[in-house]
Amino acid sequence: MKKEKKTHSALFHLVKRAPLPWYWNLAVRAAAVILALLVSAIVITLLTQKNPIEVYSSMLDGAFGTELRIWSLLQNIAILLCISLAVTPAFMMRFWNCGAEGQVLVGGLATVAVMMFLGGKIPTPLLLVVMIAASVLAGIIWAVLPAICKALWNTNETLFTLMMNYVAIQLVAFFLKLFVKSGSGILTPMPEYGLPVIGGQAYLLNILIVAILTILVYIYLKYTKQGYEIAVVGESENTARYIGVNVKKVIIRTLLVSGALCGIAGLLLVGGTNHTISTTTAGGRGFTAIMVSWLAKFNPIYMVFTTFLIVFLQKGAQQISTDFRLPSAISDIITGIILFFIIGCEFFLQYKILVSKSGKEAK
Amino acid sequence: MLAFLVSAIRLGMTFLFGSTGETITEKSGHLNLGIPGVMCVGASCGCFAEYLYLSAARKSVVPFLAVLIPILATVLGGAVMGLIYCFLTVTLRANQNVTGLALTTFGVGVSDFMIAKTGAIYSRGTRYFTASLPFADDLGWFGELFLSHGILIYLAIVIALVSSFVLTKTRIGLNLRAVGENPATADAAGINVARYRYVSTCIGCGIAGLGGLSFIMDYLHGNWEYCIDAIGWLAIALVIFTVWKPNLGIVGSLVFGALYIASSFITGVSFASKELFKMLPYVVTIVVLIFTSIRDKKENQPPAHLGLNYFREER
Amino acid sequence: MANKVAIELKNVTKAFGGKFANHNVNMTVNRGEILSILGENGSGKTTLMNMIAGIYFPDSGQIFIDGQEVVIRSPKDAFDHKIGMIHQHFKLVDVFSATENIILGLRDEKKYNLKEAAEKVLAISHQYGFDIDPNKKIHEMSVSEKQTVEIIKVLYRGADILILDEPTAVLTPQETQKLFAVLRRMRESGKSIIIITHKLHEVMALSDRVAVLRKGESVGTVITAETNESELTELMVGQKVSLNIERSEPQNPEDRLVVTGLNCTDRDGVKLLNNVSFTARSGEILGIAGIAGSGQRELLEAIAGLQHVDQGEMIYNNPKTGAQDNLRDKTPLQIRELGVRLSFVPEDRLGMGLVGNMDIVDNMMLRSYRRGKSIFLERKAPKDLALRIIEDLQVVTPSEATPVRRLSGGNIQKVLVGREIAAAPTVLMAAYPVRGLDIGASYTIYNLLNEQKKKGVAVIFVGEDLDVLLELCDRIMVIGSGSVTGIVDGRTATKEQIGLLMTKTSKEEADHQ
Repeated sequence: MKKEKKTHSALFHLVKRAPLPWYWNLAVRAAAVILALLVSAIVITLLTQKNPIEVYSSMLDGAFGTELRIWSLLQNIAILLCISLAVTPAFMMRFWNCGAEGQVLVGGLATVAVMMFLGGKIPTPLLLVVMIAASVLAGIIWAVLPAICKALWNTNETLFTLMMNYVAIQLVAFFLKLFVKSGSGILTPMPEYGLPVIGGQAYLLNILIVAILTILVYIYLKYTKQGYEIAVVGESENTARYIGVNVKKVIIRTLLVSGALCGIAGLLLVGGTNHTISTTTAGGRGFTAIMVSWLAKFNPIYMVFTTFLIVFLQKGAQQISTDFRLPSAISDIITGIILFFIIGCEFFLQYKILVSKSGKEAK
Repeated sequence: MLAFLVSAIRLGMTFLFGSTGETITEKSGHLNLGIPGVMCVGASCGCFAEYLYLSAARKSVVPFLAVLIPILATVLGGAVMGLIYCFLTVTLRANQNVTGLALTTFGVGVSDFMIAKTGAIYSRGTRYFTASLPFADDLGWFGELFLSHGILIYLAIVIALVSSFVLTKTRIGLNLRAVGENPATADAAGINVARYRYVSTCIGCGIAGLGGLSFIMDYLHGNWEYCIDAIGWLAIALVIFTVWKPNLGIVGSLVFGALYIASSFITGVSFASKELFKMLPYVVTIVVLIFTSIRDKKENQPPAHLGLNYFREER
Repeated sequence: MANKVAIELKNVTKAFGGKFANHNVNMTVNRGEILSILGENGSGKTTLMNMIAGIYFPDSGQIFIDGQEVVIRSPKDAFDHKIGMIHQHFKLVDVFSATENIILGLRDEKKYNLKEAAEKVLAISHQYGFDIDPNKKIHEMSVSEKQTVEIIKVLYRGADILILDEPTAVLTPQETQKLFAVLRRMRESGKSIIIITHKLHEVMALSDRVAVLRKGESVGTVITAETNESELTELMVGQKVSLNIERSEPQNPEDRLVVTGLNCTDRDGVKLLNNVSFTARSGEILGIAGIAGSGQRELLEAIAGLQHVDQGEMIYNNPKTGAQDNLRDKTPLQIRELGVRLSFVPEDRLGMGLVGNMDIVDNMMLRSYRRGKSIFLERKAPKDLALRIIEDLQVVTPSEATPVRRLSGGNIQKVLVGREIAAAPTVLMAAYPVRGLDIGASYTIYNLLNEQKKKGVAVIFVGEDLDVLLELCDRIMVIGSGSVTGIVDGRTATKEQIGLLMTKTSKEEADHQ
């Protein structure tokens, strides 16, 4: 309604465009990624003084160069994907769970505690069950606490979950100080009590579990009544009330799911990968996952591609850093640049820029 | 005890830069979760500028320039981060939370890169920042507590007071608050919402960047070993803690500073339990968050339009 | 001073999406007079005023101020011509004080001085007899105080042509009297005042002249002293138009929903519904007429379990079990579990009735997804239903998997009404179901309501077009300011009768006539 006013004050104005066909969607996003890669290439070239082709081949080499690297790539995709899946139900509901980092960490802490105190004392199958239960429970506690406060008093969940991250980090630090007798703060890995290795590949189980989780979360969000309620609450609380959905209950229940999945990610990281824990075990994935989920429009299948892209870049950047003796943080910088471009390109998918005809109207 | 208070003040002022910057940003309706990244980038730019200046000047270092150049570089670095944020959220209308988090990822990457690339070489410049008034030592505890600090500590307080004044006592402050509270009304009153958001966010990020510089150059004496993102998140929390008032932020940041360093001054507890004490600032923040949300007082609410982008056409 | 023309409009036309909101409107306002603009909802009053205030730009026509043609492109241009408008929805910052709001965005002053500004505010309020505390925060103010702030804001900027859009809609009678006293004082000081309203007695009490708009066209300007309420009503509603909506006799009406003494207040303690009592019968269409925002929405939401009720009962007579259930203090889910088949087509289609980003099938499920014990959604039945509705109601859509946001208004409404009817309700409530719909789609909806009536459903229809209400409904309940001002027979009532009832605020006042 306000367009009239705008047209004679500005040379152009924006209108929301009708949804574009999928190929345009894809094209715009691909263009953003390519632009981002170009910018990253310029940055790296400036830093290394090497020719960009060399840089890119180094990246490819880092991601796919050896069988081990491919496995490591897949493993990293699996973990990031798992955390992205975890935060997705909450985001669909417009609940900003920025605490995945902490939820993963306590999940891992619970796992490591079980490995340490019960490992070797109870039969392995039982140990596995206890590990799973403990990690899931820990993740749930970390996620549901903010959810309850949000449901009851509308407490700001963004900051609450952020603070819970640091509480988790300190808890891990405390644990390490308390139980690592040497005082080094580094816990010796305990692969003997970890998740079983299948097919002779250390990461295969993790990857399979996450593959199954991806399908389950997809089904949960798309084909179950609970998933449907999450979507309705996220779209419009008014509609949810109108059809008699208990919004508070949905908030708490959804964060229960979210926390449980984060707990599992912690289990996979500690029980299935590192077999130990440190304060940086989650490694910022909790935050990257938020962006993965957002960029994939909350669709678990798209998330596979977004995580692939990000992990590929990170792995590639790591290789660049070793090949050209650059600090490994280069991968974060590149991730940041890519994210800026992908975030920015959404605009072009949603809006059309119209050049105004107001020149005539204004005489 | 004295040493504890002095440390609390020094660290507190780092928080104060961050929270003042974020307050100014939030008053315009921008919830900038990129503050940790902004502080990192600010610190990196400042340190790098110092490094360049000291290498260039060699023996003939002018102390005034040795302080001014890094400060300007820091503000500039922070403001550029603010510009990225604004371009994405205001011009391209991206989600503020996602943009902020991406900014943090990027900024933390930049500073980690700096640390790894250059190592802790900044201690050379740190003495210009911690230089205090010459007679401070002669005044006993009073001197040590209030006069022994470096320039950045006083700058933080001055900026907080000035921001407080601008926000509450000037036309610009009034307009800015209107933009954050109700952009549609501000727009109707002829205020350029986008311009206010751009400018306030860039200034806010510039100030927050100084927090990073202060942390490295003053509190850590140039021994930059680990990242400062935790400080950034706490600075954002501090904004809520101090109900969007930079002058209250002076007190609040001292409290946060004290909480943050409490663990290293507490005696008689085990090495491990100290880690538990480090939770203190976070746990206190959570408690305050819950408490304020239960009380739900109209005066202590965030700007009504915080976190929401404004498009005139969608009114 | 009198009769010096302040503003003149010549052939002003404005269309939205091909539909005329104003068509060749001519009007004059003099210095030192109060002009009322009278018209039904949607007659184009606000659009016309928005063009003077710089919110909209006319498609064609001319505006003259003091005999000079002017171009008003923005609210700022309007200010430069000393025109100020007080909108129905206040544009105020809640946490600011009155003074801060008043000076917001002003640039020309030398120095920012709240104290001086507050003194100026006080001076203005003394001059015209306002009662205001310049330092009070907006969120602590009553609606009438907020309105005062808006008026002073305009005066502070030096306006001498004031436009007020339904200023009394939110005021109590006492506050209204106060406002009128202020407006009269402004008139004496030579200001021109334009007041948009539907309340006839206010028009009679306050204004010098009345301009009447009907369907976007000006149908005449009369001098208040030379007219009376019934003449104005006739001008406003026009001749009865025959629409040929079929209407059958109700079959075996039974009391289905008996509402007695319903009272609701909003969060700020403002009364939304005042002692509302009525009965909805099976096999009958009960129309609800009234000026928009008189409590229609709250009434329906209270019955649906979405609005908190302070007092009163809503008894549902279950035709199957014969049980009598009170719907008060029950959630929508509890109401459903009682076996009450209540369908509700809310006014806010995409904000409440449907989810815009979901496709038609998923929107069908909103009501039915809980069915069955399985944790999985069952999409087969909703899909069949969606296809049936698309077929039966001729919904124009690429497919049943199209997000409803992308459909046109009429098709969105067909989807919503279709879903609500599919639940085989015993009570069907529809709020403004034909708003924004074209003729064809409107008739589809009328036919659907009639079909339901024939099936023995108690239909409650909230409408705004009196011609439609008079041809469709068996009985019409009129509400004004949250109170029932009368219930009339749809077959014998006249438009004038309903128009008069609509402008009353309580039953007593209506009976007094």
